[in-house]
Amino acid sequence: MVKSTKRTLYERVAGAIAEAFREAVIFLPSDVKRAILRAAAAETNPVAKGELSNIIKNIAEAERLNVPLCQDTGVPVVYLTIPPDIPLTPDLYHAVAKGVRRATTDVPLRPNVVDALTRNNSNDNTGAGMPAIHVKPGETLTVTVLPKGAGAENVSRIAMLLPSQKDEIGKFVVETMLLAEGRPCPPVVLGVGIGGTFDGAAALAKEALLLPIDKMTDFEQQLCDMVNTLGIGPMGLGGDTTALAVKVKTAACHTASLPVAVNVQCWANRRATVEVKRE
Amino acid sequence: MKKPVQLKTPLGAEVLALSAGDHVELSGMVYTARDEAHLRMMKDGIPFDPKGAAVYHCGPVMQDNRIIAAGPTTSARMNLLSKFLIDAGVNALIGKGGMGSAVREQLKGKGVYLAFTGGCAALAASHMRLKGVYYEDLGMAEAVWIIELDHLPLTVGIDAKGGDIFETVRVAAGKAFDRYRKA
Repeated sequence: MVKSTKRTLYERVAGAIAEAFREAVIFLPSDVKRAILRAAAAETNPVAKGELSNIIKNIAEAERLNVPLCQDTGVPVVYLTIPPDIPLTPDLYHAVAKGVRRATTDVPLRPNVVDALTRNNSNDNTGAGMPAIHVKPGETLTVTVLPKGAGAENVSRIAMLLPSQKDEIGKFVVETMLLAEGRPCPPVVLGVGIGGTFDGAAALAKEALLLPIDKMTDFEQQLCDMVNTLGIGPMGLGGDTTALAVKVKTAACHTASLPVAVNVQCWANRRATVEVKRE
Repeated sequence: MKKPVQLKTPLGAEVLALSAGDHVELSGMVYTARDEAHLRMMKDGIPFDPKGAAVYHCGPVMQDNRIIAAGPTTSARMNLLSKFLIDAGVNALIGKGGMGSAVREQLKGKGVYLAFTGGCAALAASHMRLKGVYYEDLGMAEAVWIIELDHLPLTVGIDAKGGDIFETVRVAAGKAFDRYRKA
């Protein structure tokens, strides 16, 4: 009896994961769409206007045809919140992987996941440590997915700044985009993690990409404005819009450390959350 | 915005008159090729007529022989792999992010690099019909897909006169960064 209930729960988790990936790769979140529309209205560079117009048409085409926005459907990054009565078991991880495999054939997603050294493709978007699963306690059982494309991930950076270099955080963020140029498919969203540990700052930077981009703090707006002075523009073809938004997450850190991580995200800041029904 | 220049493959001398930043719409046949396909073509020869042909840096998502999503991949990976195509008569390379200075030199007097908006895979697919495939054994992303385009909207990134919009932007961004370098 207990076993059958469990199987049903894990089946529902797999279903929620598959549903969240379908939603994420086809439908851009409304806050991201609004930011792109705002940027297109404000853009003064004619080439950039053309690029943003293509992006807006593409978002509509993906919705109309029910197909992924971008052929790089990314690697599967998954955030789970788990209520107190759900045990954290290997079966839960298996259920997430099952949902990823289902989405890969059903949506479909491009099979992107390969062994790091042999480069053999599993053809189902799972592998050692993939999907990347992050778990936090919560009130309800929810799955949030962040399919992460390689173009933007590959130009992400981390720096172990000195505590005396607090004023250089902005410079490091801007320099990340200077080096990235058009490769991450700008206009980008930058997730910035400040503090914590070496690995923790990178995790914070990625989590910052889950935050709504409609509102920025003064600090975030300042970083965003600094990035936009570069004029890299959509796709590196020049323009006013290099970054749609910068989002910052912080954690406490060692008095002798100042880790700063910048996780670069393409204009397709894809994310979706689905609550797993309890009954 | 100026009206886009209409282009149709096979392309001829009309591409030599284009300037970096021009909007164009491309129709006719294109061939997808990424890293593996370039290496295969260098070894075994080009399987299509390269004269006036357009090569698209793209690894599409296919399902049941239909093009689901087919946006551009990063062209710079093909920086060292494109000379034999240009020498054989390919006069349009299509992709995202631009290409290196060596390719810019190779294209002088011969052809252009056309940028398609990265991530716009659904939009691209809506301008495409699948016509065939070479090297299917290389897998979905790396095979050479023969695709008929219908007015795909592109921007001239590198022209045949040495104009390179990516290089112009790169230099300007470096100058803009100076204010933070000194800070």
